[in-house]
Formats: sequence, structure tokens, C-alpha cells
Amino acid sequence: MLRAKYQNVIDDLLSRYPVKQSALLPLLNLAQKEEGYVSQAAMKEIAGILDLTPPQVFETVTFYTMLSLKPIGKFHVQVCRSLMCALVGADNLLGWLQKHLGIGVGQTTQDKMFTLSAVECLGSCGTGPMFQINDDYYERLTEEKVGRILEDLRQTGDCAMKSGPFLL
Amino acid sequence: MKTFDPILLKNMQQPGYTGSLAEYERAGGYQALKQVLAGVPPDDVIDLVKKSGLRGRGGAGFPTGVKWGFIPKDHPGPKYLCCNADESEPGTFKDRQLMERDPHQVLEGIAIACYAIGAQTAYIYIRGEFRLGAKILERAIAEAREAGHVGADVYGSGVTIQIYVHAGAGAYICGEETALLESLEGKRGKPRTKPPFPATHGLYQKPTVVNNVETLANVPHIVKRGSDWFASIGSPPKSTGTRIFCLSGHVCRPGNYELPVNATFRDLIYELGGGMRSDKPLKAFIPGGASAPFLTPDHVDVQLDFESVALAGSMSGSGGVTAMEEGTSMVWAALRLMEFFYHESCGKCTPCREGSAWIVQILQRIQNKQGRREDLGTLTDVCGNIGGRTVCAFGDAEIAPVLSTLKYWRHEYEALIEEAETLNAGRKAKDIPVLSVS
Ligand SMILES: Cc1cc2nc3c(=O)[nH]c(=O)nc-3n(C[C@H](O)[C@H](O)[C@H](O)COP(=O)(O)O)c2cc1C
Ligand code: FES
Repeated sequence: MLRAKYQNVIDDLLSRYPVKQSALLPLLNLAQKEEGYVSQAAMKEIAGILDLTPPQVFETVTFYTMLSLKPIGKFHVQVCRSLMCALVGADNLLGWLQKHLGIGVGQTTQDKMFTLSAVECLGSCGTGPMFQINDDYYERLTEEKVGRILEDLRQTGDCAMKSGPFLL
Repeated sequence: MKTFDPILLKNMQQPGYTGSLAEYERAGGYQALKQVLAGVPPDDVIDLVKKSGLRGRGGAGFPTGVKWGFIPKDHPGPKYLCCNADESEPGTFKDRQLMERDPHQVLEGIAIACYAIGAQTAYIYIRGEFRLGAKILERAIAEAREAGHVGADVYGSGVTIQIYVHAGAGAYICGEETALLESLEGKRGKPRTKPPFPATHGLYQKPTVVNNVETLANVPHIVKRGSDWFASIGSPPKSTGTRIFCLSGHVCRPGNYELPVNATFRDLIYELGGGMRSDKPLKAFIPGGASAPFLTPDHVDVQLDFESVALAGSMSGSGGVTAMEEGTSMVWAALRLMEFFYHESCGKCTPCREGSAWIVQILQRIQNKQGRREDLGTLTDVCGNIGGRTVCAFGDAEIAPVLSTLKYWRHEYEALIEEAETLNAGRKAKDIPVLSVS
């Protein structure tokens, strides 16, 4: 339950807005971070915190593509497929990932480690092909780098190849 | 091209600059805020920005000072500033750099804008995917609050300026200013019908200014160096200052380049970008993000300012410039962009919601060599029924790639359709595969 664990965070969020409902997306993002997806229980709890009805919360959730209504893999690999990345090899990148992971777009590996998605522009068009895994961007990808990133994540749960602040 | 001293990217181009508060202050940061809070009347700040000629960098190029001037002065209740950091227009990645590498420059701009319009609260609406940017901004806000640059009674002036980061959750449309406001209110991000405009009925129906990250980052420099200085750069009187152009596609050195707006696409693509990445020449370029009509190599000597690009039949939009080499299929390129728009249409207006799906279906079948002779007429027709018929400018944006590629590269569409006719000659209609939009 969010309230038990994050009462301070929730109070801080609520203090930022004159209208409670404004804290809806921040709370949904928090719920998803906590559980990996937005569960029914979380939606009900958030509705309670914000004095909304659960359908009001659900209605908002379904609009935003980053919010998932069902559990996904531990690492969500989101490949940008938009034009600027496609010009420099986004489709190859998707191919490498499918090969390495043995799954198709929209699927999760059997060990529940990786979910593969194709998404639209991530604001990294000069450093494609690229993907986002959970909170991190990985840019200027090659097949070799992809192999190493997946291996690192599998082994250690982290990877030093993620992007830091935007490179010049 | 003359060498040029950057304004917005200057700090971060110093070796080792991390964007911390101490470094920003050492580079002269927060002096502009101190200066205005020491007693420049808010109206004078608005006048200064008006005179500088600064225009919005979010896409529409609306004069910033004029927008600030629309905020009713006598309004008794709260007013708001929203910094638009949604940056989702394909081909655009400048705000990300500004926020991640020099966050205080953005914060100082926000603080000055708040003072000018009389807002005590600013929200930075940042796209949900920019987790790192949000973290960096949060940290910078905490630093600035600690140092007294924002918060209650800034520098003892009696002025309160609170800045909060608000992350979205994946929706291009939330970059549209009224959709942004809806989203910030915790609702589905659907654009509002205008009028009323945000200047009088914005966030929580209160007077609100929405400005792009880059727009606001310019403000401290204008305060510090004066409107005449700013207005002398670029292509005055209409397009002044610099812009950060985001170069992507088939060039040697993609990336962000800050240029005075009287530079040309040739300067950007060939000089700074190092030209095309292989021996294949330039075939087409998009001059201002996914919503801007494609241009051809005949247009590379066009200047980067709003007016010149408009005269060439496109728009300078968000500053995202994408170069495509010979051999790139223009039908494929239009389809990729159209798939983006189809995915991102919020569904509020029928022409956009239904039309985007229809266009994707037609483009997919042409691309897959299942096109029909009448498809090109239908495409033009459907586009004509979207443009100008939607609540927000998304409708006009989504038809740009289709109409412009049809204008310059119609033969590519025709060739694919001819191939389809040859392939399908003798086949019965029921044997021709039907495609559906995924
Ligand atoms: C579909 C659509 C998407 C937009 N996306 C963005 C965006 O991501 N960032 C942005 O600053 N402006 C975006 N805009 C423009 C905003 O509506 C608004 O004009 C802008 O934020 C105003 O700031 P400015 O005057 O500083 O440019 C978008 C507009 C439309 C119609
Ligand atoms: S097109 Fe891939 S990040 Fe923009």
C-alpha cells in the first residue's frame, strides 16, 4: 500500500497543488514504480487519497502510454521506432533485441526479466538508434553494445552504459 | 558562416561544467533575477522581452512578451506559469539538453517570468520518459531554494516564487498547451477549445502562461544584456536571437547546434553537421520537427528564421532538422511519421482520430504494394478534411508529411501503385490481402 510506505512523499506531492486531482499522475507514476504496473488496488487507494472515484482514476490511466495495467518484466526495453531513429537503424535494433531476447515486440521473456516494446520518439533523435530501459536511456546503440547491456542487466541489475546528462 | 558565440549552450560548453548552482553562479547566474527583484517593475520586464523580439521556441513562434502582456493585471487570485518541457515532437531534443546540462538557466528564466506576470507558482511539465531530466531539475530546485533564489520572499523582496516539477506519463499531445493544462489537472490530456485562452482561463481556470523551456532559458540573458543586444542577433525585426537546432538523420555529426536564425540550412547540415554521412547526396529534409512539411535540396540556402522557412512552404516549428539521403523512400518516411501521429492522436476530434487511421491504412497498403489508383486522391481528400477542422494544431501537423511528400515525390507513390497493379493484375479482389492498422 502506498500510504503506509510513502506518506511523506504523498504529503509533499499534495502540498504542491491547490487541487488534489493534480497529484494523480505523480501518484500513478509512484504506484507504477512501486509495483511495476498500476494495480487495481493502487487505483482504488489513489482514488481514496484524492477524493476521486476509481473509474476517474482508471479513465486517466488508460490515456497515458507509460502506465501499464498489467505486470511486465523487470526491465522494460522501449525502442524508439520513430522516423529519425528509423533512418539510422531502429528496425535493426528491434531485430537484434528480438534475437537476443527470443521474444517479439509486446512480449515478455519467460523468466519475467525483459519486456520489449516499440515506442514513439523519446527525444533522443540525434543519438539513435536508442532505447530506454526503465529510467535510463541508452544511445548510439550497436548490436555488440546491446548484447553487453542485456548481459549486464541480467547479471547485476544495472549497466554502466546508460546515458548520463545529455552529451554535446 | 561567421563563428558565433553561443548564448544558451555557452556555460555547458566550458570543459568540466556540470550545471551545479555554484558553477552557474560563477558564470554570472541569478544576477538577472537579482536585478529585476531589486526593483524593476514587472511591466518593464514584459516590455524588455517585447522589445527583444523573443518568440516562442515551442513551435508556434508566438512573441513571448506579448503573451505575458495578455495576463490580466488586476486579477485578484493566483496566476500560474507552466514551463513546457514535454518535448515530444519527433526530431526535437534541445530542451532535454538545456535541462540536463544547465538546469539553473531554465530555473532563472522561470523565476523572472513568474515575477513579470505575477505568478507565485510555476510547474515544469516534463515528459514522463525524461526521468534523468526530472531528477536533475528537482535537485537544482532544491539547491536554488536552499540558496534563496526561489521560495518565499526571494532576496527579501517580498516576492514568492515556487517551482515544481510535474512529470507526464507518455502522451505527445500533452505538449499542446491546453492538453498540458488538462494533464496537469490530473485528467486525460485532451486539448481544450479556444477561446477562452490560457492567459485568462488556464490552469484551474486561472490566468496562465505556457512557455517552452528554451524560450524561458533566453530570458535571463535578455535581462542581463538588454533587448537591443538580443534584437540585433538573427534576422531582425521579426526573428531575433539564436535557436538551438536539433540535427538528426543521415548526417555525419547529428546533435544540437545553437545558431543565430539568419544562418541557413546549408550552414547547419553541411558546415556544422559535417554533411551527409555517405556519398549519397541529400534528398529531403524536415526543417522544424515532424509537424513541418518536407523540403528539398533546392531549399538548403533558405535561412532558419520563422519567416524564411514559412516562405519556402514549411515551418521552423520546434527547430528539429532531419536530413535524409538519396535512396530513402519518401512514402516510407511519410508512413513512419503518420504512424506516430495515428498513435498519438488523442481521439477528441473525429477528423483527426478517424483520418489518421485512414491515412495510415492507405500509406501502409501503398508501401506494401497493395495500393490502388484512387488512393492518392483519397489521401489528398482525407488530409483536406483534417486540416483546420480540429480543436488543436495536431490536425494540421499530421497532414504535413503526407501532403508535402505527395507534392515533391508523387512519382514515388505512383511507382509503388503501378507495381501493385502489375502484381495484382488478374487477381480477384477477394484474393488481394487486406491490411489493418495495428
Ligand atoms: C500537437 C502539439 C504538440 C506540441 N508539443 C509541444 C512540446 O512538446 N513542447 C513545447 O514547448 N511546445 C509544444 N507545442 C506548442 C505549445 O502548444 C505552445 O504553443 C508552446 O508551449 C508555447 O510556448 P512558447 O510560446 O514558449 O513556444 C505543441 C503544440 C501542438 C499543437
Ligand atoms: S526519433 Fe527516436 S528519439 Fe526521436
